[in-house]
Amino acid sequence: MQLTIQEVEHIAELAKLELSDAEKEQYREQLSSILEYAANLQNVDTGDIPPTASVLPEQTLLREDVVLEALSPDSVLQNAPQKKDQQFKVPIVMENGQ
Amino acid sequence: MSQLTELTITQALALLQSREISSIELTQAYLDRIQEFEPQIKAFITLTPELALQQAKAADLRLKNNTGDNLPALLGLPIAIKDVLAIKDIRCTCGSRILENFVPPFTATTVQRLLDAGVVVLGKTNTDEFAMGSSTENSAYQTTRNPWNFEHVPGGSSGGSAAAVTSQFAPVALGSDTGGSVRQPASFCGISGLKPTYGRVSRYGLIAYGSSLDSVGIFAHNAEEIAIIFQHIAGRDPKDATSMEIPVPSISLSENGSLQGVRIGVPKEYFIAGIQAEVDSAVRSAIAQMEALGAEIVEVSLPHTEYALPVYYLIATAEASANLARYDGMRYGYSAESATLWQRFKDTRGSGFGSEVKRRIMLGTYALSAGYYDAYYGQAQKVRTLIKRDFEQVFEQVDAIATPVAPTTAFKIGDHTNDPLAMYLEDIFTLPTNLAGVPGLAFPVGFDHQGLPIGMQLLGPHFKEETLIQMVHAYQKNTNWHLHKPNLESCR
Repeated sequence: MQLTIQEVEHIAELAKLELSDAEKEQYREQLSSILEYAANLQNVDTGDIPPTASVLPEQTLLREDVVLEALSPDSVLQNAPQKKDQQFKVPIVMENGQ
Repeated sequence: MSQLTELTITQALALLQSREISSIELTQAYLDRIQEFEPQIKAFITLTPELALQQAKAADLRLKNNTGDNLPALLGLPIAIKDVLAIKDIRCTCGSRILENFVPPFTATTVQRLLDAGVVVLGKTNTDEFAMGSSTENSAYQTTRNPWNFEHVPGGSSGGSAAAVTSQFAPVALGSDTGGSVRQPASFCGISGLKPTYGRVSRYGLIAYGSSLDSVGIFAHNAEEIAIIFQHIAGRDPKDATSMEIPVPSISLSENGSLQGVRIGVPKEYFIAGIQAEVDSAVRSAIAQMEALGAEIVEVSLPHTEYALPVYYLIATAEASANLARYDGMRYGYSAESATLWQRFKDTRGSGFGSEVKRRIMLGTYALSAGYYDAYYGQAQKVRTLIKRDFEQVFEQVDAIATPVAPTTAFKIGDHTNDPLAMYLEDIFTLPTNLAGVPGLAFPVGFDHQGLPIGMQLLGPHFKEETLIQMVHAYQKNTNWHLHKPNLESCR
């Protein structure tokens, strides 16, 4: 299983990671060998085996719908890189009608 | 008064309650020892001496003014916390530059329960970045040293907590275990470490890595101490939907040191070629000793063990790639200066995350991506079912399973840093536990020729931590491996 640089770039784009050329080459090699190692999973017959949804017995715990104490807006915003009027401030998401 | 740091927590709590010692004295003894040896060991990312002394002073006041017997059970006891658990108003880095200045506005439930029980927080301990690693070498801040030999790793990812307890910087510490991150460092450092059942202990305030695998665990010098802390942190928490509504037993420990009536399974898949010979023989000796104490030993089989490593690294990284999507530089954490939104995401994450974290995000993203989902993530979740069934079948025959914790003793710093796969192989004996969600308790059973500790683990059925703790307690009643402590002076 050998990944190409284009595949590495595609994964990095999906994961929103800016990588240097050296990192791309390093990850290409390392991910290729890890995926090669993982390929032996294909040898396991899992025909009628369900995927694990949870390791625990099912539990559905309900609670009363009551108002509880929550974090204050100030404390939620205390780590914000940029904020304005008790809101997170972010770069423009859409411009020119796009 | 350095001998205060030699006390077990049972002894320390008795002396505090009888007011023969004060919490200030006890806390100061640990702070003095930290000051002396922390520059070599590097166990902590953040120390909180002022907070600790303030909490100790408050504890002393309550102990002094006490007229009844309703004081919190752990009042005045110092503790260290892995830097993946949030404590309100104390920086929480998760070993990452991306959270270098993150100050949580809330406290993890496990920590809050201990604070309610009266503990004193000494500081936040080192970890591989986002708990991804087996040595603390992936920490963005420092590599913690193994207190038995400073050229070796303490294990990971909770290596800071393990080294802190081993170095007697704190009598107990909390860690987290997603694929062995409590048990493997406990083994490398020669102390005891519990990974509870998935769903037994709240993860509210634990920074997420692999959500179907993560659990909060405990480090201490022996099983009795682990029992005390476990009973405080375990149990249903409405803030964690995966925490189960199952009563936590009051764990009674027998003083007779017998294992009569207990059946222990030894899985052949864990005693394989490539395992360090001294690890193999020390673990077999410990099993023989348990037999001598009355346990019945039977050979068992967990046939899908060999697939645990690829299953783990596909599932854990897939979950990590989703969990770590939240680090976008908008609400908290490091934020790049780039002008446009999409470029800011990429630059923030590209330079905020370290190499191993990016590697795992990439692997997990690939395993979940269109065209590969069924072959990788889907198949891994099916094989996980087989691994879980292996455990269920064996636990129909035995009370516990005994295995080595890791194939080797603590490796040298730098030995595996260029080969991620070799590093991942260090975890082969601990990963299946997390995939099956069962509890595991690691404890020391010997030393190799270099004087490095050897650990073994007992694994039990879901929610049977009590059995594991009782069995290790019986073993520790008859052996003294857990009493050995490194001489930090001689390592310098």
